[in-house]
Amino acid sequence: MKQKEQLEGIRAEAEAALHSIETLEELDNVRVKFLGKKGDLTAVLKTMGSLSPEERPVVGQLANKIRGEITENIEKKAMELKAAQQEARLLAETIDVTLPGSPVEIGHEHPLSLVLDEVKEIFMGMGFEIAQGPEVEWDYYNFEALNIPKDHPARDTQDTFYITDNMLLRTQTSGTQIRVMEEKKPPIRMIAPGRVYRSDAVDATHSPLFHQIEGMAIDEGITMGDLVGTLETFAKKLYGSDTRIRLRPHHFPFTEPSCEIDVSCFKCGGKGCSMCKNEGWIEILGAGMIHPQVLHNGGIDPEKYSGFAFGLGLERLVMFAYEMDDMRMLYENDMRFLEQF
Amino acid sequence: MDLSKRWLQDYVDIDVPDRDFAEALTISGSKVESFRHEGETLENIVVGEILTVEKHPNADRLFVCTVNVGKEEPITIVTSATNVTPGVFVPVALHKSVVAGGQKITKGKMRGVLSEGMFCSVAELGITVHDFPYAIEDGIFLLGDDCKKEPGMDIHEAIGLNDVVTEFEITSNRPDCMSIIGLARETAATYDLPLKLHTPEVKSGEGDVNDYLKVDINAPEECYRYAGAVVKNVRVKPSPLWIRERLRACGVRPINNIVDITNFVMLEYGQPMHAFDLRYLEGNHVIVRMAEDGEKITTLDGDEKTLDPSILVIADEKKPVAVAGVMGGEYSGIMDDTTTIVFESACFHGARVRRGAKKLGMRTEASSRFEKELNPDNCGTCLARALELVQLLDAGDVVNGVVDNYANPREQITLPFEPEWTNNFIGINVPAEEQAEILRKIDFKVEDGVITVPSFRIDIHHQADISEEIARFYGYNKIPATQLRGSAQAELTPRQKFNRLVEQTMRSCGLSEIQTFSFISPKEYDRIRLPKESGLRKNIVIKNPLGEDTSVMRTTSIPSMLNVLSRNYNNRNERAWLYEMSTVYIPHETLDELPDENQQLVLGLYGKGTDYFVLKGMVEKLLSICGIAEYDVEPVKDDPTFHPGRTASITVDGEEVVRLGEIHPAVLHNYEIGDRAYIAAIDVEKLYEKADLVKIYRHLPKYPVTTRDLAFVVDAATPVLVLEKAIRQAISSSILEKLELFDVYTGDQVGKDKKSVAFSLKFRASDRTLTDEEVDAAVKKAVKSVEKCGGVLRS
Repeated sequence: MKQKEQLEGIRAEAEAALHSIETLEELDNVRVKFLGKKGDLTAVLKTMGSLSPEERPVVGQLANKIRGEITENIEKKAMELKAAQQEARLLAETIDVTLPGSPVEIGHEHPLSLVLDEVKEIFMGMGFEIAQGPEVEWDYYNFEALNIPKDHPARDTQDTFYITDNMLLRTQTSGTQIRVMEEKKPPIRMIAPGRVYRSDAVDATHSPLFHQIEGMAIDEGITMGDLVGTLETFAKKLYGSDTRIRLRPHHFPFTEPSCEIDVSCFKCGGKGCSMCKNEGWIEILGAGMIHPQVLHNGGIDPEKYSGFAFGLGLERLVMFAYEMDDMRMLYENDMRFLEQF
Repeated sequence: MDLSKRWLQDYVDIDVPDRDFAEALTISGSKVESFRHEGETLENIVVGEILTVEKHPNADRLFVCTVNVGKEEPITIVTSATNVTPGVFVPVALHKSVVAGGQKITKGKMRGVLSEGMFCSVAELGITVHDFPYAIEDGIFLLGDDCKKEPGMDIHEAIGLNDVVTEFEITSNRPDCMSIIGLARETAATYDLPLKLHTPEVKSGEGDVNDYLKVDINAPEECYRYAGAVVKNVRVKPSPLWIRERLRACGVRPINNIVDITNFVMLEYGQPMHAFDLRYLEGNHVIVRMAEDGEKITTLDGDEKTLDPSILVIADEKKPVAVAGVMGGEYSGIMDDTTTIVFESACFHGARVRRGAKKLGMRTEASSRFEKELNPDNCGTCLARALELVQLLDAGDVVNGVVDNYANPREQITLPFEPEWTNNFIGINVPAEEQAEILRKIDFKVEDGVITVPSFRIDIHHQADISEEIARFYGYNKIPATQLRGSAQAELTPRQKFNRLVEQTMRSCGLSEIQTFSFISPKEYDRIRLPKESGLRKNIVIKNPLGEDTSVMRTTSIPSMLNVLSRNYNNRNERAWLYEMSTVYIPHETLDELPDENQQLVLGLYGKGTDYFVLKGMVEKLLSICGIAEYDVEPVKDDPTFHPGRTASITVDGEEVVRLGEIHPAVLHNYEIGDRAYIAAIDVEKLYEKADLVKIYRHLPKYPVTTRDLAFVVDAATPVLVLEKAIRQAISSSILEKLELFDVYTGDQVGKDKKSVAFSLKFRASDRTLTDEEVDAAVKKAVKSVEKCGGVLRS
């Protein structure tokens, strides 16, 4: 049977054609050539009339089978070609992924605020509220009520800006102790951050304006051990759990006993380095048990209550935190400085 | 206070490493700032005995000496000094030595002759002729008999330049520690060693002091005690080495025996002393009184001072001879021909001395001690010590007796001994006997449950003071750390939370926080062109500012922001976007009240991508975050700080909350800003008052939105806000979901002096789908409303 041979020939031919195809157009041509109305397969079928009734279904079956095979192969090939085409397009879309991203502008918090936030968070965690007192203050709150009468030599260490004989720019946040005592009843736990003013010329480590953080706790039975525990917790939270503290006796007119507190150097851990000037310790705060007279001045009965107070210099903490060597940068507000934080 | 180790050892047998000493004293309460060894920079300098001195063969002005420096062979030294002769002992800087100032000495040939070192002057040892009065300034230091003349001996030891000086920071409550004895007491207590106190002994002399001196205290409140003694036939000469070296170590320059004695006693006991020449004491009468108004005195430093009745003076019968506790008058000093002197050992009221010294502008060593309140009980001992030294140094003949007017003895302080109180207060458990022992170590008496405070401890008044003494010697660092009992909740106040929200919003807008000084120059008001009559010029003025630049408390923080923008601009930063949550200080009518301290939020911007609308967008965002939906915006044409055409005032309920705009070029010029800059000043007090931070959830829309775009032609001068308001007035907010400006056009198509303003209106109801009829009706109303403002709908 001639037709049978022809069909087998078409099958082999189509297979070969599909094999060498590279584009979808070529594929379409192949489809038309073999399967189209004027295609090879149709041409063979048209000659079926010459076959015997016995041969016809055999050839017909074979023709259908071959049509099915070719159709399937064409579809398979079409998918392959489409996938390859997409791949090529994506490759053409290649970008330099190392180029910088589009800038996103968000504002930066000032380093003084960043460190203050941290300090506030630690103390709030221990139940200390945030209080505030006026910066332009009466001599009474800044000095007198804190056991520093007029002509007291302790006034020398705090060169004061005066507005009138009785009104001044506060030299310390400690006056807030009295103001809070006047307002609240024990138990009291508070910190009072704020600006203070002293008549110091500007240099790398001095400024006529700087920030202090006052702290105070008053209740029945508060001991100096509580002061040690509270400030040790603070130091560990601020500088890490390995931090140790050291108390040195000192004098503040409004606390008794008074002390200065050093922390083990957070850079060298206490071995001695340039940050701690080889001492292994860095002074960070002054503290003490609130003087009974000061409690009395604030309207709190010193027979019943006791308390402790402390004061931190914020600029000092900031300079240590960021290893800054010049305090003036904090108030110059150069963008290149602000954007570092 | 500089402490001489040598002097300390007169009182305590202490010999520990210097660093340990510094540490121990610091921890027990006397803070050590630093310590140093005298002459520590000198190296390899020894005593040399000059054997021969010959002329240099090749140089007229040089000499060649052979010197015994304790080695087998003498060495050769070439010198130009003319005061060396065979037999004298001199300091020799050997090969590879260092003299004062750091200069290194090595051997070398001088005009052909090898010199193996150098002879030293006093200056090359870092000391002065005051330390060795027989030495000369411009020659070699020839060691005197008060030095150890052993060839080869290290120079430090030979001349006593080997003390250790420890510098203490003494707090103002411990004037007793401004003395060798005070620090010796602390040292003894710290190391549990005995304090070897010495009782001065004065041998009987001749005559009776009362024949020479009379003392009256006319102001007993101001002068607790005045003790005086007289020395005749004064023999003024240098003090011996042991006095000189102790003074030197403590930073006091030796002068002569009489002056040195007063300084020695002051350093040793903490009591300032004074020596008068009796010749100039009219009537031989000391009167302690307040000065008369206008009275004058020329002080030792040669300045004439005018006195007033607030100043305490030492006077004779005619004139003041000294400002009490501060400084003597010009004739009160010791002169070469002085024969009879009065030693004064007195105790004045601290605050009085302080005020006098301040008023006259002369803080002295004496006044800084007196003002801390000294111990009048000390005066007698100190006077005796001075007289003892006079006899020891053969400085004159002591007249028998002292005139001692103890007008106002200080009350002895006693306190109940309450060890339990201290244990509870400090949080320790130290037995009573141990506590008593600590107190006794520092000369407190503890007997029958009563503590007697020694008179030199002017700082002890209360049980808490006693507790500090016990705690510091028990050891502050042995106090067990405990946590506060009871729980406490802390949270920010609503206002604190609000401030945090405002600042977070600013940073989200891309602004960085700044911090500036609260005091400014009053000239800043001119620089921002604030009108002369502006109330903001009334501000809090600092009486004693550092300079004009920081002399008034700001009533607006705009100048501070402009200064920061200027600094950034001039530092060539292309762009600055900043905010400050500042405080302004608004005074009341009189200074009987503290000023209001209000918060002002200032936004300041310049540089790429910055214009008025960028700034306004931030302000609008802030208002929206604060829940302020209803506000008015009015153009401001007459604020001289701002651009007359690009400035607005935002009011809420008729009150201005924000002023924002472009900065006037004249102001930019004043601040040297070469770019357009934009500032908003926000009254945070008002913002807080108007804020509504309560948020209530609204359902997301269920029904579809209908959008209509409307464009109107209006006069170019008509603010868009007017049209917006007209539309909002016309349409119920229950169906107008959003009104959005999307285009403003000026040009030929709309005609001269006109503009086209296009809005997009989004309609939606929460309970139904709006019909076209409803929306059309609403649009019609809106158009009518806009027409009333002169707007015509563009077809």
